[in-house]
Amino acid sequence: MTAELAVVGAGPAGMAAAVLAAELGLAVTVLDEQDLPGGQIYRAVERAAPDSPLGEDYLAGRDLVAAFRASGAAYLPGAAVWHIDPDGTVSFGRDGRGGALRARHILLAAGALERPVPIPGWTLPGVMTAGAAQILLKSADLVPEGRTVLAGQGPLLYLVAAQLAAAGAPPAALLDTAPAGNRRAAARLAGAALAGWRSLARGLRLLAAPGLAGIPLRRGVRGLRAVGRGRVEAVAWDGGELACDLLLLHEGVIPDTQIGRALQLAHAWDAAQWCWRPVLDEWGGTSLANVSVAGDGGGIAGAAAAVLSGRLAALAAAHRLGRIDAAERDRRAAPIRAALARERAFRPFLEALTRPPPSVLAPPQDDVIVCRCEEVTAGMIRRAARLGAQGPNQAKAFTRCGMGPCQGRLCGPVVAALMAETLGRPIAEIGAYRPRAPYKPVTVAMLAELAG
Amino acid sequence: MFTTRRDAAAATVAVTVEGRTVLVPHGASAAAALLVAGIGATRDTPVSGAPRAPYCLMGVCFDCLAEIDGVPNRQSCMVAVRPGMRIARQRGRRRAGPA
Repeated sequence: MTAELAVVGAGPAGMAAAVLAAELGLAVTVLDEQDLPGGQIYRAVERAAPDSPLGEDYLAGRDLVAAFRASGAAYLPGAAVWHIDPDGTVSFGRDGRGGALRARHILLAAGALERPVPIPGWTLPGVMTAGAAQILLKSADLVPEGRTVLAGQGPLLYLVAAQLAAAGAPPAALLDTAPAGNRRAAARLAGAALAGWRSLARGLRLLAAPGLAGIPLRRGVRGLRAVGRGRVEAVAWDGGELACDLLLLHEGVIPDTQIGRALQLAHAWDAAQWCWRPVLDEWGGTSLANVSVAGDGGGIAGAAAAVLSGRLAALAAAHRLGRIDAAERDRRAAPIRAALARERAFRPFLEALTRPPPSVLAPPQDDVIVCRCEEVTAGMIRRAARLGAQGPNQAKAFTRCGMGPCQGRLCGPVVAALMAETLGRPIAEIGAYRPRAPYKPVTVAMLAELAG
Repeated sequence: MFTTRRDAAAATVAVTVEGRTVLVPHGASAAAALLVAGIGATRDTPVSGAPRAPYCLMGVCFDCLAEIDGVPNRQSCMVAVRPGMRIARQRGRRRAGPA
């Protein structure tokens, strides 16, 4: 199998890139792990009822999905990419079989994941992410039974609360953990945010959603913990406790850098978003000439910005592969860039408003599990650092953190923050895990098939 | 733990969860079926035997590992239900051997 452009991920960035690249005449193949296009944000939007409780911003994704379906780009749903060679060979598993695609250019549009929320008890059954509940609602019309509490902060937490209320399953409470200082810091940036007034208006509309009015809201919550034996029975915080059957956590989203890290692309620490992101040029180009990144995987900016960055990456790929000259690329890019600047103007305000509390980045309690797979605690990471481990990759050898099936996707950010704290060095110096293939589980049979 | 939203179409896909027949909606994953079946812990960990259940449902955390149609250690949130699918808890680590 060959393609001129391989796109990994069929969310807003990947779909928008595929649509434009196909229009410019490139042979495009899109690989995506899900069965339907849309990414997490527009997940299963083609099947949504017109009166869906998920709201109009979700339903707006139908246009992009329809354009993608009609684009002529080859689409491989259910494809889990498990290796990319720098020469452009993309290896994947699909329906239990192995496959490989040789591409002249690769666009990574892997999106975001929810930031880990390592609080005491977060491994108990009945503790999930807010995004997980939203996925159940989007993909299968499922809502929680019993008492649901949402805890954390950020737009998605409030959105999920409103959506659950609209779906007839209003949460029993919403616990907001944003530190009090966030509002003051954000207020200083409000002027600049007005350039992105559409996003701001969307946020305000969300906070005014009818369902939210009836949900008890507690602000400034600290010391959050999940309590229960064998499963969650209550959520507790400094000064309070509430019985619950389901605790949904959310502290914002961070770029999914797993494939880019495995490819050893240059990454930089983003101090405003508190996450790593690949170093990108103005077209989404990375430190490898044949690999670019678009969407939230390159830094969190939301679905609208993801569409725009996907289009810029498509223009750059079409230029690189000889379909358009530099003048046409730049002419087409100008309005996209202007729109992207408007979308991004709002982000510093939102980032200051939703900055996670330090206890989420590096849990203060030594007995909190950090690596869920290998059950490595915060105390074990601190001890490894004191014993001489200089970064996450050495901590792995000391403790097995990051060596379980998730390959450090969830513990990576927390391990780095704990080591930075213990060693008194900035996270930017501490570094991150160096993941290796297979990025996703692959069977021996799939490998054998590839060998022919 | 999870149930079909009121006003939604009835769940029609019959799967077996831990030997019991459960109706789940079209579009659900095997992990969603475990949650609909109301099974508290969907696996226990290979390290300490601690109970776990799905956490992220988007392929990141691997806490939803389950045995699907006899094959252990499947990421159940990434597998769509099919009629007749057999889903069971993952107990500890998988054992090597013919699938």
